[in-house]
Amino acid sequence: MSQSKNPGSELPLQQQEEVVIRFAGDSGDGMQITGNQFTHTSALLGNDLATFPDYPAEIRAPAGTRPGVSGFQVRFGSSDIHTPGDQPDVLVAMNPAALIVNIRDLKTGGLVIVNTGQFTESDLKKANLAKNPLTDGTLSGYRVIELDINKRVSEALKGTPLSSKEVQRCKNFYTLGLMYWLYSRPLETTMKWLDEKFAKRPELAEANKLAMQAGFNAGDIQELFQGRYEVQRCDELPKGTYRNIMGNEAVSIGLVVGAKLADLQLFLGSYPITPASGILEQLSTYKNHGVITFQAEDEIAAICAALGSAYAGCLGLTSTSGPGMALKGEAMGLAVSVELPLVIVDIQRGGPSTGLPTKTEQADLLQAIFGRNSEAPIPVIAASSPADCFDVAIEAVRIATQYMTPIILLSDGYIANGAEPWRLPKLEDLKPFPKPFLKGVPEGGFLPYARDAYLARPWAKPGTPGLEHRVGGLEKAHLTGNINYEPENHEFMVRMRQNKVMGIRETIPTPNVFGDSTGEILIVGWGSTRGAITSAVEKLHAKGKKVSSLHLTHVWPLPKGLDKIFGCFRSILVPEMNLGQMARVLRSEYPEQNIISYPKVQGLPFRTSELVSKVESLLAK
Amino acid sequence: MAEAQAPLTKKDFKSDQEVRWCPGCGDYAILNSVQGIMASLGVPRHQICFVSGIGCSSRFPYYMNTYGFHSIHGRAPAIATGIKTANPELSVWLVTGDGDGLSIGGNHMAHILRRNVDIKVLLFNNEIYGLTKGQYSPTSPVGLKTKSTPMGSVDRPFDPISFALGCGATFVARTIDSHLKHMEQTLLAAAHHKGTAFVEIYQNCVIFNDGAFQGFSDKAVRDDKTIDLQPGKPMVFGKDGSKGIQIEGWEPKVVVAAEAATWKSDTHSPGPAFVMSQLDLDPAMPRPIGIFRDVKAPVFEEAVHEQLRAAKAKRGAGTIKDLVYTGETWTV
Repeated sequence: MSQSKNPGSELPLQQQEEVVIRFAGDSGDGMQITGNQFTHTSALLGNDLATFPDYPAEIRAPAGTRPGVSGFQVRFGSSDIHTPGDQPDVLVAMNPAALIVNIRDLKTGGLVIVNTGQFTESDLKKANLAKNPLTDGTLSGYRVIELDINKRVSEALKGTPLSSKEVQRCKNFYTLGLMYWLYSRPLETTMKWLDEKFAKRPELAEANKLAMQAGFNAGDIQELFQGRYEVQRCDELPKGTYRNIMGNEAVSIGLVVGAKLADLQLFLGSYPITPASGILEQLSTYKNHGVITFQAEDEIAAICAALGSAYAGCLGLTSTSGPGMALKGEAMGLAVSVELPLVIVDIQRGGPSTGLPTKTEQADLLQAIFGRNSEAPIPVIAASSPADCFDVAIEAVRIATQYMTPIILLSDGYIANGAEPWRLPKLEDLKPFPKPFLKGVPEGGFLPYARDAYLARPWAKPGTPGLEHRVGGLEKAHLTGNINYEPENHEFMVRMRQNKVMGIRETIPTPNVFGDSTGEILIVGWGSTRGAITSAVEKLHAKGKKVSSLHLTHVWPLPKGLDKIFGCFRSILVPEMNLGQMARVLRSEYPEQNIISYPKVQGLPFRTSELVSKVESLLAK
Repeated sequence: MAEAQAPLTKKDFKSDQEVRWCPGCGDYAILNSVQGIMASLGVPRHQICFVSGIGCSSRFPYYMNTYGFHSIHGRAPAIATGIKTANPELSVWLVTGDGDGLSIGGNHMAHILRRNVDIKVLLFNNEIYGLTKGQYSPTSPVGLKTKSTPMGSVDRPFDPISFALGCGATFVARTIDSHLKHMEQTLLAAAHHKGTAFVEIYQNCVIFNDGAFQGFSDKAVRDDKTIDLQPGKPMVFGKDGSKGIQIEGWEPKVVVAAEAATWKSDTHSPGPAFVMSQLDLDPAMPRPIGIFRDVKAPVFEEAVHEQLRAAKAKRGAGTIKDLVYTGETWTV
């Protein structure tokens, strides 16, 4: 095959520091697979990268329509990358709908590769287009490569035993091959993946490999491009061993590792919900790690089974998204009352109600902190990137066990499905924090609601002789845990539970400030806005602006020392994907600070440029 | 351990908590029976866990000197499933009521029954909401006047036995709070069943629905108005044992004792049990109690742990290194 004769060697090879590609097609076109394969290959080449999959909630929206467009954006480079990029440099559009929905995002002068095989009258009609965007001027100002991929794939796969429908389903690999050629990437990783994926149908593996090779060769022999590009490996990343990771994957691994560090069996109770289902699926593959996964009949049963397992001595875990959080509220209150370790993972999505199941949002913050009946304090922590999910998951387990408390871990759709290189922790840096069970009756007798230095109660699991005791949702007497309705005891217990959770502040670090510790504006972020904020601050620093940022992992209780840090800036800017929920919390906690909310609720992450503009407009005032 | 040496008595299972049900409540008799059979089971107290939801019956765990979890309304089956799956060694008992178990928690009840988790479910059916002070329940008969149905209930009720059978329960039985001997026999049979054992206990609420079961549960009429389904025995009833039940086709009918059919609780299909459970609708027929169904089936938590064992045997016990340093990696 032509790969061996060093394809494209006659064409000039240009170095690029970074590139943003968006693959867009119908939701049946396999764009997510294409994007993930490109990402995976780039990660193994040592590029830093970030991805942003964006797809419809429908499994197959009507083919060829605008709502059916599925996109995958990947930014890869030889320098440190924090976000998937504001605007693509390259758009791959597999049909008219994909072109028209995405073209407005493409950089001026950017490259657009269009599959003309999918531009018939009826295709245009499905995309609700009166005129053909290839000829009506829509694409002026862009570099356009027109390619009949439908036909090319048919030609490349002539003689295969596949039906013509199956042949056409290889289009995405033709496209992938072409992009591999353009950016000088090897095909081997994807070849191997195809062999594994279609182990039971080798003819499909073969066809997709042929299509990919044909796409690769097309770049070489058909003079579509003036040159090829190369993006060198990123040497700015800290030294270490890396692997490409997606958020839900990292949460899953982190929770299993956390349970091992706490010396506990992990029990997940979960009910499938987008975009959290991946955690249930992933953890179900860890049976050899002793992980029990229970797909419950509903969200409530999921958390209740997890809580039951915690009573029995497991680390209880439940994973869900916003609507499921709402359903679990009462059981969370029970977990607060019985004081057992339970991790509740909320992969936030657009709401209210069913909302935008596949789009991202950060609007469950107040629900997480306050969304239960009565005084039911639960600590809340938030992951800021796919790789960060690993660390945050371990931290959630630490807090849950050390304080005998339910804890909410917030992630979101953007982190869950996004990918980035994960610098693997050294095993010796993962320090165990075993949680001992009470083994027998302590001196002076067993008191189920006695407290340790962290105000945590003892964990006495069923099966231990002498520690038979009852727990439940009724108010209990201090120390004995017996039912108690006395007014003073109730207030004492309400305050006890509150103090325990607020006391977590003593074991969490004050976050670092990125940039100078004094200045005009401090951008305070939490969750998945971190990448965009960091990029914006870097850009603003380059322009000499006195702007810094601080990112919150522990969103409730808030870490100590924030008041001092905030006091060194004229104003605090809080960008978040909701109507200003964290800003509201900060205003109530730090009423003397000038807190400015910067909301965005479009189901999309912040762009770096939006943050830069916002800061510049504030500085200009 | 001391407990393993000395045989336990009923007294060992009484907790130090004051029992707070209304005087005359059927729950007292049930508590007494359960404490009694516990002593005979030979399971140490620390291996026993009682789980409940919300309602009068759900206070039960507080009165048992074992492990216990009084949870939230309707969710006890889910909590209990978590406990039993986490530690299959425990003897787990679930106490619920007609509102807790069949209304707010009907979904969870259906699913624990189909999964066949090895848990004993005691459903106290008083056909009324007691703890919220007298509204109709999903087992109240049509026409029942309650605080929320001043003109009589128009809801068609559940038959708990039919419900359990429909969910694929592997053990389904019914007893009566005032029929102590029968209750103890039934509870013991449930205790010895491997899998979810569903026991409906007719329980009289003296305050809000007094006498709901009087028509067949009173000692004076009980023998004539109930039929005790005993596996392998003829379906005979009546004070002098002169009457019997014969099932012809789908229609049970009263016959002389000599013509009574033999009751089978382990038929391939739960059909006969279902037919018998529907006798409730016919006031002319005796009310069936006893063991409707008792069959063997795979137990949920055993299958779960078997998969863990199989995965470990095949892939080896997983380590942190396996989790983190896996897939394709590269070094900077």
